[in-house]
Amino acid sequence: MTRRRHWRRFLGRIFLSVIVALVTILMGVPLYWVATGAVKTNREIYTFPPIWIPRNPQWSNFVEAWQAVPFPRFFVNSIVTTAGAVALELVFALLTAYALVFLRVRGRGLVFGFVVAALLVPSTVTLLPNYLTVARLGWINTYQGLIIPVAAVAFGVFLFRQHFLTLPRDLLDAARLDGCGHFGLIRHVVIPLSQPVMVTFLVIYLVAHWNDFLWPLVATNRLEWRTVPVGVAYLYQVEGVQNWGPILAGTLMALLPMLVVYVVAQRWIVKGIGGGAIKG
Amino acid sequence: MGRSVDVVEQERVAKLATPSGSRELSVDLRGRLGDWPLFVLFVTPNLLLLIVFTYWPLLYNAYLSLMQWDLISPVKLFVGFENYRFLLEDNEFREVFRNTVVFTVGTVGGTVILGLLFALLLDQPLRGIALARGVVFAPYVLSGAAVAVFWINMLNPRFGVVAQVASWLGTVSPNWLNHPQLAMVAVILVYVWKNVGFTTIVYLAGLQRIPQELYEAATVDGAGIVERFRYVTLPQLGPITLFLLVVSTISSFQAFDLIKVLTNGGPVNATTTWLFYIWEQGFVAFNAGRAAAAAVLLFVFLAVISFLQVRMGERRVSYD
Repeated sequence: MTRRRHWRRFLGRIFLSVIVALVTILMGVPLYWVATGAVKTNREIYTFPPIWIPRNPQWSNFVEAWQAVPFPRFFVNSIVTTAGAVALELVFALLTAYALVFLRVRGRGLVFGFVVAALLVPSTVTLLPNYLTVARLGWINTYQGLIIPVAAVAFGVFLFRQHFLTLPRDLLDAARLDGCGHFGLIRHVVIPLSQPVMVTFLVIYLVAHWNDFLWPLVATNRLEWRTVPVGVAYLYQVEGVQNWGPILAGTLMALLPMLVVYVVAQRWIVKGIGGGAIKG
Repeated sequence: MGRSVDVVEQERVAKLATPSGSRELSVDLRGRLGDWPLFVLFVTPNLLLLIVFTYWPLLYNAYLSLMQWDLISPVKLFVGFENYRFLLEDNEFREVFRNTVVFTVGTVGGTVILGLLFALLLDQPLRGIALARGVVFAPYVLSGAAVAVFWINMLNPRFGVVAQVASWLGTVSPNWLNHPQLAMVAVILVYVWKNVGFTTIVYLAGLQRIPQELYEAATVDGAGIVERFRYVTLPQLGPITLFLLVVSTISSFQAFDLIKVLTNGGPVNATTTWLFYIWEQGFVAFNAGRAAAAAVLLFVFLAVISFLQVRMGERRVSYD
């Protein structure tokens, strides 16, 4: 009896392993395809059946992509925009959530409701009016135009507030007894106790801003102000279907920063997004 | 008024009485206003941005929807509900609506069902499971525009991966992105590939929170693997499924970059979804009023859908 059960369990595990491997391959092939395509010669790309392992890697594809469109500029734009937006959001979220939890003020529930209700307004509805506002301010093709309209935080405030509510009161009171003011509390107590939430916050907003497409597309119209995602779409347009090698090389360059972030911070991303979703 | 002042005064006295409050209240002004000045200082920047770039646009968008305007001329022509009437009677918009429903059902259904299956698989204690999880979730953090570009290459009927798969299956790959029906299928496929990692991760977190005793109890009662799934796993995942349905529907309605790069809404209008239509009306056709009206309708529609999902879900889902 037990022996047969062992066998069944063993076979079951093999079967499951095979399925998991299949799923992994299916999900992974597109990533493999862009990574290898980036270093294929055009001749290798345009043959059928496709070549799975490029024979001699064409690093020149990257150079060509870099020269076909102003990639360095796209990267600078994306870095400044993402860093600026995320930094502002982090400060705003921390301060707002701190005020909502630790400052004794009437009507803070109302303020919290006002902030969170913003989550219900889809960016779809704000797109055209925000474009008009930014245009009227003369902010088209500027960093402030790319950053300020997307820097308001709602979800982040919610995230920090939920965490702050779990912080031990005794510790905060003790710090206050030691003569800590509110800024001191934030710096020496609240922030050190919020590291995991802050990492989650940073990763979520970092990914969202780096990948954002619609707002940069609308808020800029000159090539030197485009961000990486918009720039990659442009690269595809100008190189058309005649020159896939450099297109895939450029695409890979656009993907790399987030892939690196993902590999480094995978643990926190997975925990943050999975756990955050469930608690919320 | 008098009473509220009394309350403030009482609180002040109470604070003074406690040792922790005594230091803070050494400044008189602070004592009178409490934490108000600091509260305002902390909250105002974010609130201002929310007002200017979230709430005001909501109102302004509603105003624009009553106008006829090309975004350039100094005068906006008031046309009442003409834009709404046009949209509700327009054949093209009806097609856009239909596309949106197909896209939403396909992407939400695809990501939620596949996500559950993937999570069940990836929850198994197998060798290399961490790698599998890593690969499944990776596409979710990537730029939709970049993803679309390399999928165009993969979907190429002459030399793409998909052509290879088709030939393994003994057929020839159709020209997915130029096909009036298959273009939508392809866009949904790419969207599901990119986003299924999210639903998987959320389901995984949910699975790991199901108390082990429930399974043990079910096994003692003679439940097999199917019964355990049916009577323990599924009900326990109910609230998460509801959450995923609502969130996935909302993000599906906001899909833009994939569609813009993969098909640009085409061929003809075959993959023009609601948001894409709004963008096209506003920024290509310069028809601000119609874009705004479509945006208002989208907002209302999405709110109703979310509400219905939560209502119907709550009847089926038990939270404990």
